[in-house]
Amino acid sequence: MISVQTGDFDTGAEYAALRASGSGTGAIATFTGLVRDSGDLSGVTGLFLEHYPGMTEAVIQGLIDEASRRWDVRDARVIHRVGRLALSDQIVFVGVCSAHRGDAFAACSFIMDALKTSAPFWKKEMTSDGEHWVEQKASDRERTQAWSSD
Amino acid sequence: MTEPTLTVRFFARLREELDTDSLTLPANDGQTVEDLLTQLASRGGRWAQLKGDQPVMVAVNQAMAKPATVVKAGDEVAFFPPVTGG
Repeated sequence: MISVQTGDFDTGAEYAALRASGSGTGAIATFTGLVRDSGDLSGVTGLFLEHYPGMTEAVIQGLIDEASRRWDVRDARVIHRVGRLALSDQIVFVGVCSAHRGDAFAACSFIMDALKTSAPFWKKEMTSDGEHWVEQKASDRERTQAWSSD
Repeated sequence: MTEPTLTVRFFARLREELDTDSLTLPANDGQTVEDLLTQLASRGGRWAQLKGDQPVMVAVNQAMAKPATVVKAGDEVAFFPPVTGG
């Protein structure tokens, strides 16, 4: 399940949906990303998130497909919000269920790392001094590249 | 006969700085992404940044592409800064 949406999401409902993936599931790993008060700038008061409709969903589906080839993935759910977000708002959810924890952790971590450097989303930070489009980080590119050397 | 065209879209910082969501341009045989960038950058002013120091990513028909990728009539070409979601 992939959803790009303006509204909030309920991690409990997402967990319940993953848990319903069948009796072969023995592990669920989830990640939730939140809006933080400092990024490229300090004193961030909120974010604006833009995306490329259609391509975004296709890229995320490709990441889930790749994770499913590399690890045991029984089900995966990815939600990403767009539009205006306030401090501590939920931005992104990745949940994966597998037979075993190693696969669940790895697939969840891979999808999240690769999403950050390949899914067409862009963040703009809002501060009391103005707005700033966030720059892609070398550390994020390195995290994604690390998965291709496994 | 209608002239063949392609659509060019811009996102995020580029969309704001160029003050443009999308453009319809004539499609020429054998035209590459690089040709489109050169053509757009030659408009001058803020458009020059398309051939500037900052990286510009490109997707053709919603799949990541390269400067050498050939584009044709009916294609959707998108230019945008490196992505920063998550």
